[in-house]
Amino acid sequence: MSSLDRRIIFLVVALAVIIPLLLPIGLPIKPTAPVKAFYDSIELISEGSYVLISFDYDPSTMPELQPMAISLLYHCFSKNLKVVMIALWPQGAQMADLAMETVNQQLQAEGKPLPEYGKDYVNLGYKSGGGLVIIGLATNFGAIFPLDTNGTRISELPLMDKVKSAHDLQAVFSLSAGDPGIPAWVMVSRMAGYPTPPQPGETDITGKMLLLGGATAVSAPQFYPYLNTNQMQGLLGGMRGAADYETLLALPGTASEGMDPQSIAHLVIVVFIIMANIFFFLEKRQEERKAT
Amino acid sequence: MEIANIPFWDFFGVWVAALLTLFIFSFLYKDNPFYKFAEHLFVGISAGYFVGYYYYNVLLPNFWEPFYYQGRYEYLIAVILGITILFRLSRKQAWVSRFGFAFVIGCGAGINFISYLQSNALAQIYGTITPLVTLVSGEGGILVDWKNTVFNLVAIIGVCSALTYFYFSKPHKGFLGGVARLGIWFLMISFGASFGYTVMARISLLIGRMQFLIFDWIETTMNVINGNIAIGPIF
Repeated sequence: MSSLDRRIIFLVVALAVIIPLLLPIGLPIKPTAPVKAFYDSIELISEGSYVLISFDYDPSTMPELQPMAISLLYHCFSKNLKVVMIALWPQGAQMADLAMETVNQQLQAEGKPLPEYGKDYVNLGYKSGGGLVIIGLATNFGAIFPLDTNGTRISELPLMDKVKSAHDLQAVFSLSAGDPGIPAWVMVSRMAGYPTPPQPGETDITGKMLLLGGATAVSAPQFYPYLNTNQMQGLLGGMRGAADYETLLALPGTASEGMDPQSIAHLVIVVFIIMANIFFFLEKRQEERKAT
Repeated sequence: MEIANIPFWDFFGVWVAALLTLFIFSFLYKDNPFYKFAEHLFVGISAGYFVGYYYYNVLLPNFWEPFYYQGRYEYLIAVILGITILFRLSRKQAWVSRFGFAFVIGCGAGINFISYLQSNALAQIYGTITPLVTLVSGEGGILVDWKNTVFNLVAIIGVCSALTYFYFSKPHKGFLGGVARLGIWFLMISFGASFGYTVMARISLLIGRMQFLIFDWIETTMNVINGNIAIGPIF
């Protein structure tokens, strides 16, 4: 086993991913508690409220975070929420535009009205500074984002008439691949005086602000402490979290499509680990016998 | 039947992306000139792209527009401090960079000190203070909620034993050593869970690339060959 060419392992893992993509099995997807909490939190937001989505990722993590962005935007527009999009990562603004394209296609296919730029959503683009941007948004949106991605002054955007600071937001979502991202939003927003989150079980969230996140699977484990202490009210973790969210919305997308290959690939890896351990102990026993 | 149309440069871009993906994957077989080409191309284009990006999206809106058009001359201080950091590249004048670094580190520490303490220490201590025995009212009166009771006990024991492992002022012997060993188990199990998530993340990225190759590249190309999709004009 120790002399097994690693290229065979690469090939088997590749086949474990490719075959289920071409021949889907349709394994059931059962949403987990953090994803249900994410979905239920958005359902608490009343129609017409203003929310902020921070696109804190770039194309390298698109397979995990882009499906979350698409599902989240679809959910927000289904509830007639007004969306302010910003980015703390340089290419986040482009990720937002790509997600909007897909959402518009989906809404058009369903025969639903398309959201109008400037009234239903705005894309204010990227701003460097991470935590300093979050601090600045607590008091003055215009000072941090004077223009949108098209170069239009935000004073000319009808949506931004009602959003002057973080106190006008009902929820902040961070789709995060690292730092700046969820850690910055959780830590700095508390310090900067953002509205407090609702208590668990509280259904009237007037005057409160939800903080919800979507993270890559690599970084998701470090955010569960924030979830458990109510510093965040919901969390989507990796492609599995995105697939769970798509299931709750009945909006199958690339994440749901990826669950069959994910399960099969994980099974293959578990089999390899078990085989490697068995062969390790067998070889160790053989060497001990040879030594005696 | 109306034939779908794909712009020429979109189709060309898909082919370039697919070929570069395959060049990178070819490293799994062995190192080769195709992989080296793709790697160097990626590094070069990233550097060039971000120079342009940061000039138009960071330097111009954050410094030049306030400085030149709004008369915010104090922004020059920030620019000078930023330039001092570049002196790090010089062996003799590297000491100049200490001014810029000191400012960045000082501000960062000042902002993060309170936020880290609040979110990662105090809030976590507060979250760990949970009932050892959780009670619920049910049909038979007050009952023990065994699920939450066990979870709370595991959490408290895990936190205390893991923290005990990091207490190095006394040797880990006897009762203290036993608790520290239990803490190591909790730490190793959590590292294992975290590693499992990491494996899941890497497989997800592989799935994303395969979805692109199969559905965006091969399927689109087959549709073009079969005449189901037409390629738009070059210009």
